[in-house]
Amino acid sequence: MRRRLSLLAGVAALGLTLAACGGGGDTPSDNANPSDATGKVGVFTWWADGSEKAGLDALVGVFNKDFPNLTFDNLAVAGGAGSQAKSVLAAQLKAGNPPDSFQAHAGAELQDYIDADQLEDLSGFYKDNDLTSQFPKDLIDRLTVDGKIYSVPSNIHRANVVWANVDVLKKAGVDPEKPATDLAGWFADMDKVKASGKIPLAVAGSWTQVQLFENILLSSLGSDGYNGLWDGKTDWKSAEVTTAIQAYEKALSYTNTDRDSLSDWAPATQLVEDGAAAYNVMGDWAEAKFEQDKKKSGVDYTYFATPGTAGVFDFLADSFTLPKGAPNPAGSKAWLKTISSAEGQTAFNKVKGSIPANTTAKTDDFSEYQKSAIKDFSQDKIVSSLAHGAAVPVAWLNDLSTAVSKFGGDKNVDSLQTSAAAIAAKFAK
Amino acid sequence: MLKRAKIWGPGVLLLAPTMILVGVFVYWLIIENFRVSLTNQHTAKPSNKYVGFENYTNLLADPNFQHSLWNLLILTIVFLGGTLIFGFLWAWILEQPAKGEGFFRSVYLFPMSVSFIASGVVWRWLLSSLQTSQPGGERTTGLNRLLDSVGLGAFQNDWWSNPTWGIAAIAVPAVWQLSGYVMALFLAGFRGIPDELREAARIDGCTEWKLYRHVIFPQLSPVMLSAVIIIGHMSLKLFDLIRAIVPDANTYDVQVPATMMWVKYIGSDYADAAAIGTILLVLVAFVVIPYLWYTSRAEKR
Repeated sequence: MRRRLSLLAGVAALGLTLAACGGGGDTPSDNANPSDATGKVGVFTWWADGSEKAGLDALVGVFNKDFPNLTFDNLAVAGGAGSQAKSVLAAQLKAGNPPDSFQAHAGAELQDYIDADQLEDLSGFYKDNDLTSQFPKDLIDRLTVDGKIYSVPSNIHRANVVWANVDVLKKAGVDPEKPATDLAGWFADMDKVKASGKIPLAVAGSWTQVQLFENILLSSLGSDGYNGLWDGKTDWKSAEVTTAIQAYEKALSYTNTDRDSLSDWAPATQLVEDGAAAYNVMGDWAEAKFEQDKKKSGVDYTYFATPGTAGVFDFLADSFTLPKGAPNPAGSKAWLKTISSAEGQTAFNKVKGSIPANTTAKTDDFSEYQKSAIKDFSQDKIVSSLAHGAAVPVAWLNDLSTAVSKFGGDKNVDSLQTSAAAIAAKFAK
Repeated sequence: MLKRAKIWGPGVLLLAPTMILVGVFVYWLIIENFRVSLTNQHTAKPSNKYVGFENYTNLLADPNFQHSLWNLLILTIVFLGGTLIFGFLWAWILEQPAKGEGFFRSVYLFPMSVSFIASGVVWRWLLSSLQTSQPGGERTTGLNRLLDSVGLGAFQNDWWSNPTWGIAAIAVPAVWQLSGYVMALFLAGFRGIPDELREAARIDGCTEWKLYRHVIFPQLSPVMLSAVIIIGHMSLKLFDLIRAIVPDANTYDVQVPATMMWVKYIGSDYADAAAIGTILLVLVAFVVIPYLWYTSRAEKR
């Protein structure tokens, strides 16, 4: 017993010294060479189940083949579209105890970590591996902060997609082949669905309402007007925004009344799948769900860009970082190398239902939807998603989500517009 | 000197671990929390500028925070009123000489042994806001379905999704869970009143109502006070039940300071989160400290 105790104490002491070394933050990680790396690589994600877990497993398969000397340590935390994981991660980073790499939405959400000086600059890594030419320029621009790149994108999702039930539309007298091209036409279709006794538009709790709000803003203001909301070029108090919020109010009136009690996006998408509702605005991870449930595209369900946003790709991307003071920086770089590689991106995205960020990845056997999304991404105008941390930092998104959630109750257009303007004024630089 | 140390030494040694742990993990953290609440640490970027009580004044002027305080007031009134009424009623019924007291006592007390998180998941389903008359009403579940099937369909409502009174629906499961506990308190109070007092009152010609009004109620008031304090401070801190019933923490209709603190913390607004924490601590102190003072004075006497 005593022996074991002293052993424990020894391990604890060793852990402390290691942590002290790691915590210094002066590890010359730029010189770390991934091919010599050994030991464990702890990777923090919120991909704990479903298609996300399957995608991660596929990626780990490639990683183990690329770097047989390294062991992958899965540090995934489940729950709440990553909100649970983010709080755990924040605590670990604050305590100076970072994982070797962690998942973060590309874009403004990274800003918090950069501001807190928690990320290593990966520009050198991009150069060494010749990645700048392999990723789309639009994406690289959105990842670059003050000329530096801090993360490696693993996949790209689209947030302005409407998923529809073919049967419900046919019965309501709406042609599923010819979706509406603007909001007015879409609302007219929803009136037909309503008359047929089904829910026109399915939505779930707070963040899915924010995503619907974002889609309506994008459709109503156009891509430039929408982008302007986040950089101050569009006035939140303008009449155009009032019109957009009124359109959102109209859209909400078509939704299921129990929206706040649906626990996540999946139950709302399920309503469309089951034929209880006609439409659901959701990111294209819904595709993986339809596929998993063995539904056929064009027969059971159909999809189209949210009316009025055709030719615009409302983007969000997951990316991986190299935190300052990572215990095994060479291992981290090995992991980032696998993620950025064409093989890694193919294996991961095929299963997760998203599209590869690396344009050299092979996509011949991807699903029909994925192929169409890849095509759209290469030619559409790219805008950043609000609900998924690409457009604004977390604190801004949080405040705006509260205002949108409040609007779900009081439907007060004026009050939502005033508070959104006040929030933008508070956070805009 | 040494002799003295021998007397109090072992006592101090025995208490020291507890005192150190409580000192660090409770009191030091309270101080640290208070310190953060006086800084401008509103983003993940470390910043330690002292801003005095600015965060507090901003929060108290913020309509969203005022709304959460108002919600807290409604929640506390319904939660307290419900548990006191049901707790007293059940205790009064069980106090009557009847069979099966032990059985019913257990039945009423059992909900307390379930954690808020576990019961919250079930109540999320029970308090589903969908009504049979609405589009998609065939999916109606929980209490609304039950009301409809027993012919009370007109009483269906949107429970916690109601923008004004939604928070009162959150108190329903809380009342269900803690009424049994208040019943146990009252039952102990009833048992503490000697039979002789009742008999004496009856001999003096008291009616049943007068007996309760002048003999029993006055003797139950300390029990009542304990119940108010215990339920009151639980209500102020209520977080897990709301979190379990309402899927998204950032749901305006049922926002209370405790959930708002969580939302702020997730958004890396550490200063505001700490300020809300301090405000909650002060609110709870308003409830608990007079009680501690009262009991210590009663013990001295």
